[in-house]
Amino acid sequence: MKKGKLLGNIGFGLAIIALISPAILFFLWMLSLSLKNEVDNMAFPPVFIPNPPVLDNFIAVFEKNDFLTYTLNSIFVSFGATGLALLLGVPAGFGIAKAQAGKAAAVIMIARVTPGLSYLIPLFLIFQWLEMTGTLWPLLITHLVITVPIVVWVMIGFFEGLPQELEEAALVDGATIWQAFLHVALPLARPGIVVAMILAFIFSWNNFIFGVVLAGRETRTLPVAVYNVISFEQISWGPLAAAALLVTAPVLLLTLLMQKEIVHGLTAGGVKGG
Amino acid sequence: MTAAASGLRGRNYARNYWPFLLPAGVVVLAVIVFPWLFTLYMSVHEFKVGGDFTFIGLDNYIRLTTDDRFLWSVVRTLYFTALSVILPVGLGVAAAIAFHKKFPLRGLARTIFILPMMATPVAVALVWTMTFHPQLGVLNYLLTSVGIPPSQWTYDSVSVIPTLVMVETWQWTPLVMLIVLGGLASLPVDPYEAATLDGASGWDMFRHITVPLVWPHIIVATVIRTIDALKAFDLIFVISGGGPGTSSETMNLFLYLQAFSFYNMGYAAAVTVVFFIIILLVSLLLFSARQQKQWQ
Repeated sequence: MKKGKLLGNIGFGLAIIALISPAILFFLWMLSLSLKNEVDNMAFPPVFIPNPPVLDNFIAVFEKNDFLTYTLNSIFVSFGATGLALLLGVPAGFGIAKAQAGKAAAVIMIARVTPGLSYLIPLFLIFQWLEMTGTLWPLLITHLVITVPIVVWVMIGFFEGLPQELEEAALVDGATIWQAFLHVALPLARPGIVVAMILAFIFSWNNFIFGVVLAGRETRTLPVAVYNVISFEQISWGPLAAAALLVTAPVLLLTLLMQKEIVHGLTAGGVKGG
Repeated sequence: MTAAASGLRGRNYARNYWPFLLPAGVVVLAVIVFPWLFTLYMSVHEFKVGGDFTFIGLDNYIRLTTDDRFLWSVVRTLYFTALSVILPVGLGVAAAIAFHKKFPLRGLARTIFILPMMATPVAVALVWTMTFHPQLGVLNYLLTSVGIPPSQWTYDSVSVIPTLVMVETWQWTPLVMLIVLGGLASLPVDPYEAATLDGASGWDMFRHITVPLVWPHIIVATVIRTIDALKAFDLIFVISGGGPGTSSETMNLFLYLQAFSFYNMGYAAAVTVVFFIIILLVSLLLFSARQQKQWQ
C-alpha cells in the first residue's frame, strides 16, 4: 500500500515536470541563444550551454538599434493606455455592476470577440485624415481597444462581489453616490484595480498588430521593433534572441512577482487583448 | 417601506449610475462602435486609400464568394482552429486536474506553466522560428538524436499548419488550464463526502460529479479558445507570414494583406464583416451545445 502510494507520487511528480518542461526548456533555450556568440549559435550539433556566456548580443541590441527610443515608446503607449483605461474603466465597471447594465457589458464584450485588425482599417484611415500618423497618439488611442475592456470586465466582477451594506450605509448618512464611490467602494476595490492594471498593462505591452500598421520608423513599440530587426538586417540569432528576451522580460518578471493577482484576474474573466 | 417605494428607489439609483458610464461610453463609441459602423459603410463601397468612395452595393460580398484565395483561407482557418482548440482544451483540462492537487512548490510550477501565455507573442514567435530551421534548428537535432527523421516544420506546405498549431497549443493551453482550475476550485465538497460514504471509487466520482460540475467551465474555455484561434495573427504573421506560398494564409492574414498591402479597404471591410459573422456563428454553435448538454 505504502509502496503503491510512493510510486503514485513519483508518477504525479513526473507528470508535473512533463507539464512545465515545454515552458522551462523554451525560455532556457531563449536565454542560451542570447548568451552565445554567433559561431556557437550556428553550430551543429547545437551548443546548449554558453561557454563562456557573453553579453555581446545585448550590447549589440543597444548599439546597432534605437532600442532606447522604442522602449520609451512602449512605456508611453502602455502606461498611457493603462492609466486612461483605469480612469475611464473603474467608474464604468462600478456603474455597470450597480445599475446591472448587462447590455453595456455586452458592447464591451464585442471588443473581446472581434479581431484587432477590424478596428485598424477604419481607425487607420481616420488617423490619416486627421494627420496624426507619425506621432504616438494613434497607438495610445487604439491600445484603449485592448485596455478599456479588460479594466471594465475585471472591475465589474470585483464591484459585484463587494458587500452592499457599507455603501448603502454611506448613502443613508447623506453621502452622494460619487462620495460613496470614492470613499467606500474604491478603497475596497483596490485589489481589483491592481489586477486590472497588471493585465491591461501586459496585454498592451505585448500588442503587435496595432503597432505594425500604425507605427512609423520613429514610433515603433518594442514588439514591432524586434520584428523589424529580422526584416532589415541579415538574420543573426544571438542579437535577435537578446532583443526578444529584453522585450518580454518585464512581462515575465511581472508574472513571476504578481502571479496570484494575475491568476485571479485571468480565471475570473478569461481576458486577453487584441 | 412599501414595495412600490423600494422599486422607485431602485430605479432612481439605476439612473444615477449612468454618469459613471459616460466617459468610458464615449471612448467605447469612438474606438469600438464607430469603427464598426464605418466598416459596414466601407464594405458596400469601392474604396482605395487616397481615392473616393463609390457605392457598389453588395459587390464586395459577391466577389468574396468567388475569390478562391479567400475561400481557401477560410478552409485553412477552420483547420487551424479545430486543431488549436482540441489540443489545448484536452491538455488544459488534464493540467487543471493536476494543478488542483496540493503538492510542494505548486505555486511556482503553476506560474511557470502560465509564462507562455503572458510572454510577448512576437518575442516568443521569433525564437520558435529559430528552432524550426531545418538545418540549424535545435528541434531537428533533438528529433534525429532520438532516431526520428527531421521535419521541414514551417518550410513545407503540409507541415506548416500543424507546426503553428503546436506553438499555439504551447502558448494557450495555460488559459484553458486557468479557467478549468477556477471551476475545480469552486466545486462544493458535499457531493464528494456523500459519494465517499456510499463507497464510490475515485474514477466514479470524477465521472459523475467532477465532470458534470466543471462542464460549463470547459465549454467557456472552448468558446474562448475557438474565438482566439479563429483570430490568431501574431504567431502566424511572424513565424510563417502565411507561407510557404499561401499554405498558412488564414482569414486574418488575408484580411491584413487586402487592407495594408493592397490597400483594398472596401474589400477588406467586407472580409471583416464576414469574419465577424463566422466568429459569432461558431460561438453561438458552441453555446447551444452547452445548453443541450445541460438538458440531458
